[in-house]
Amino acid sequence: MSLRFLLSRLLLAVLSLWGVSVLAFAILRILPGDPAILMAPVGSTAEDIERVRREFGLTGSWWAQYGAFFLSLCRGNFGRSLWLQQDALRVILERLPATLELAVTALVLATGGGILLGACSVWRRRSWLESGAVSLGTLGIAVPNFVWGLLLIVVFGAILQLLPVSGRIAPEYEAAEVTGSAVVDVLLRRDPAALGSVLAHLILPASALALPLLAAVFRTIRSDLLGALGEEYVVTERMKGLGEVRILFCRALRNALIPTVTLVGVQFGFLIGGTVLIETIFAWPGIGQLTLQAFQYRDFPLIQGIVLVYAVTVILSNLAVDVAYVFLNPRVRLAQ
Amino acid sequence: MNGKLWTGGTIALLLLLVALAGPALAPHDPNRQDLVSIRQPPLWVGGAWRHPLGTDSLGRDILSRLLWGARVAVVVAVASAIVSALVGIPVALVAGYARGRVDTVLMRVVDVWMSIPAVLLAIALMAVLGLGLWKVVLAIVIVDWTRFARVVRGEVLALREREFVEAARAIGLRPLRVMTQELLPNLVPLIIVLVSLEMAIAVGVEALLSFVGLGVQAATPSWGAMIAEGRGYLMVSWWGMGVPMLALIAAVVGFNLLGEGLRERLDPRLRTTA
Repeated sequence: MSLRFLLSRLLLAVLSLWGVSVLAFAILRILPGDPAILMAPVGSTAEDIERVRREFGLTGSWWAQYGAFFLSLCRGNFGRSLWLQQDALRVILERLPATLELAVTALVLATGGGILLGACSVWRRRSWLESGAVSLGTLGIAVPNFVWGLLLIVVFGAILQLLPVSGRIAPEYEAAEVTGSAVVDVLLRRDPAALGSVLAHLILPASALALPLLAAVFRTIRSDLLGALGEEYVVTERMKGLGEVRILFCRALRNALIPTVTLVGVQFGFLIGGTVLIETIFAWPGIGQLTLQAFQYRDFPLIQGIVLVYAVTVILSNLAVDVAYVFLNPRVRLAQ
Repeated sequence: MNGKLWTGGTIALLLLLVALAGPALAPHDPNRQDLVSIRQPPLWVGGAWRHPLGTDSLGRDILSRLLWGARVAVVVAVASAIVSALVGIPVALVAGYARGRVDTVLMRVVDVWMSIPAVLLAIALMAVLGLGLWKVVLAIVIVDWTRFARVVRGEVLALREREFVEAARAIGLRPLRVMTQELLPNLVPLIIVLVSLEMAIAVGVEALLSFVGLGVQAATPSWGAMIAEGRGYLMVSWWGMGVPMLALIAAVVGFNLLGEGLRERLDPRLRTTA
């Protein structure tokens, strides 16, 4: 049963990948306007435009164009970046670790913070903690990522001047990249001061990215826990003499984790999308920042590549959630 | 009555009024540059009544731009929420009612659509479509119709098992009539909630697109563009960014509270726990 479930999800992931390739292909072609004219530099002659058209496979029928596009994708060829004059996939993969580092940190912050805040708000009902957490839950969901980013810059960067607001590490600690992840790099170097600098640079953008998801996790956990408090198993535990804190944090919380995993999985794509703006605002050298630069240079091969890489990340994370689901949910796991 | 509904409703109504009356209320031409009085502070920071909320780096009156910007925000919010609903709901009705293969195919399309991050897709669309108010609406609809399709379809699946739908089928009503006359009226509460939540999202996306210069045309005052403009002078005149940002936060929180308040009021399952 669970194997069949996983296989069907895997099939869906492959299907989604193919679908995304169609969508990435179509974005450029289905909309009004000639992509060759969009790509060619301003003031190009008709010959230049024709050359662009040939170079980027924009001639022939749509079917033939898509076939060629798909085949080169399968070979890992995303085309050449117009702006950087390099292989587009290589440019993207060089920048990907920075984005993943930011996204994973945000994911950890959002999940951990959301669960903790949710549990505490139920533990200390009718306190400033609860009302504060509930307000944050409302604001967190509504206010977009980039506004959070700007607010954090104003408060921690401009007014308090506590934390750096751009880049990944202070210049004095800069060194050649080894793994692509700045955190892992400085850990390998065993340099506490550099580690401090890296974490200080990471915390604001990761928080800005995490806040909407944190709010969503908080609300799920909170409503689940509030519902659980009236359940029979909680009443039984209480009669057995288990303390409120143990009941809440050990028993009820465990049951609230399954919907949370689903939520985090569904929302991860949203979080990944947020990196486009957050990286731009915080000058974080990942693929989010690259995205807007690619648009400024009308670098369509690079844009297509970025859209694909983003989508692959989302699809893979959805798949990971499905796998986690099988292990977490006894109803799925034991149904074989 | 719940507090969320009141707060959200008041903000939304206020915003609507400002959007309608904005041009009449605005003390200055929102695009008129006055290079002798650039970055004037707002009243409470020692500014003058001439510019109650101060001026930006080109000497444009922030209050006037804010009022005109409200119009952009409201038009985008209302138009994109309604059109997204009009696109997504028929898909949801067909998928949920037909079930089986039709449902699978339609929902796979939605899954694939949603696996491209929304922000990225919106930016990509704007880059291809070009700038403009209605293009922003179009981009938001292309990105967000899936939200309606997915949520409404779930509700249709649940509704179609109920007796009144079976009865309608049993007396031989055609699928189209069952969908429009039996299912649709029962979906109205859910749709109202989704539309107001979508308005919150649309206001945010418009601001975001204008913030990166891929939204409305440069001459149209938009909160997102104002935030971007003010950001450059943050250390000398914080109000250039702060004022439009507060307006934006109020608007998205307002529409969001409206949606949640409506949900708590309209959904009987939530009424007891709220």
